[in-house]
Amino acid sequence: MAVLLLAEVNDGVLARDATAKAVTASASLGPVTVLCAGGSASGAADEAAKIAGVTKVLCAEDASLGHRLAESTAALIVSLASDYSHIVAPATTDAKNVLPRVAALLDVMVISDVSDVVDGETFERPIYAGNAIQTVKSSDATKVVSFRTSTFDAASEQAAASIETIGTPANPGLSEWVEDKLAESDRPELTSAGIVVSGGRGVGSEDDFNIIEALADKLGAAVGASRAAVDSGFAPNDWQVGQTGKVVAPDLYIAVGISGAIQHLAGMKDSKIIVAINKDEEAPIFQVADYGLVADLFDAVPELTEKL
Amino acid sequence: MKVLVPVKRVIDYNVKVRVKADGSGVDLANVKMSMNPFDEIAVEEAIRLKEAGQVDEIVAVSIGVKQAQETLRTALAMGADRAILVIAADDVHTDLEPLAVAKILAAVVAEETPGLVLCGKQAIDNDMNATGQMLSALLGWSQATFASEVEIEGDSAKVTREVDGGLQTISAKMPTVITVDLRLNEPRYASLPNIMKAKRKPLDEKTAADYGVDVSPRLEVLKTEEPAVRAAGMIVGSVDELVAKLKDAGAV
Repeated sequence: MAVLLLAEVNDGVLARDATAKAVTASASLGPVTVLCAGGSASGAADEAAKIAGVTKVLCAEDASLGHRLAESTAALIVSLASDYSHIVAPATTDAKNVLPRVAALLDVMVISDVSDVVDGETFERPIYAGNAIQTVKSSDATKVVSFRTSTFDAASEQAAASIETIGTPANPGLSEWVEDKLAESDRPELTSAGIVVSGGRGVGSEDDFNIIEALADKLGAAVGASRAAVDSGFAPNDWQVGQTGKVVAPDLYIAVGISGAIQHLAGMKDSKIIVAINKDEEAPIFQVADYGLVADLFDAVPELTEKL
Repeated sequence: MKVLVPVKRVIDYNVKVRVKADGSGVDLANVKMSMNPFDEIAVEEAIRLKEAGQVDEIVAVSIGVKQAQETLRTALAMGADRAILVIAADDVHTDLEPLAVAKILAAVVAEETPGLVLCGKQAIDNDMNATGQMLSALLGWSQATFASEVEIEGDSAKVTREVDGGLQTISAKMPTVITVDLRLNEPRYASLPNIMKAKRKPLDEKTAADYGVDVSPRLEVLKTEEPAVRAAGMIVGSVDELVAKLKDAGAV
């Protein structure tokens, strides 16, 4: 058995946390070869080579592989597939874009968002927005798997593994990049932050989200939001935590003005410590919170920011 | 241009999911079922493209049990012109895999030759997030996933995508498969007159065998369990007490 792991590379930079968590998840499946693909990828390959457990790195640089385009990246992976029993990636939006395409081209099923590896063919994954955990056994020759990064720890460092530069198949020319509008932020990335402070509909407005951000900045935390807050226009979609947004599992999750809809809980209930601040004592969020504070968030959050 | 919109019958998103005690799956008997919410957004987008004069015909297709006919009637009531039901399972608990569904859809596309397939990014039952990408691969078409904005511009579609960290805009060559995300639009409710009219719109019934597709699963479901429950926490009386608890726990 051998694993080909598609590294998360954005604009030439390795997303080390997500990639290293997928390396940990793959450890029992066989020697791990990491594929770094992009318009530029050599810097990312140097970084990936230093993730403990990586035996080899393949570096594919070509303009056609830039900008997260699925068709060219899938063609590259398929051209390499015959050497591997498992093709895996962290379950980022990029991997969710590419891996099902790879699986269909190989005539195998994709196994998305795996939360635990039982053995080389058997995997656990959440279904129904995390309301059930399903164990599935694959009979396919190649297993194509994405890993839910929040349930695995990032692999540590090692002396760099070898890096091999590889060629790129002809560009299928099916889609072109136009532009990226990525949020610029000095805050930690939501899915890898140690602390996340999230606001919900109770925050009431985009302006009032400032108090959530002030608490987050005091704690060096990432800012999250419930789907209700995003739908109401209080917060951008890339802050959304939940089944339809990002799945996070920080050491500390502070939910402010969030009622705790099932779809939100699915995105944060694996956090180590959960704090809920809500004026409605019946809010379901209190059922998953380690510490609940029934209070008006407009009083409690500034006070908390001051006292921490 | 013709648009094909695949729709899936799933447990209604407001229904509390109950895992069967014997670990064999989620209880779907006598449970309210609805159209997958992401698919509603896809139907709505197709209707808006038709209203804008960019689409002539909307064909809704569902693959599954006979009862999926109700889901197709909903799509017809919203504004789809006709529907195709591909019966590929007898038991309501059978969840066809995205690969099998994509193969049937590819065969439907070959027959119907739409210029665009609009589908939901994932179904809220198996959460696999795969069918659209797989269909695109089987057809050798371009794909534009997780769309929050769609503009058809002649022989290409300009699609803004919800990606980690923000938004990306790509131009996908037509014909294409677009999978839609939450913020693309807000689906309309079907009016009573339209619900009545939908009953007279054409709905063809087919089977998986008609398309020569083997739907046998590649993944064997060994068990389905309740997730681990978090231990009950405590209510603190003040911000000071909360700060003290968090410090004790080493969380801050």
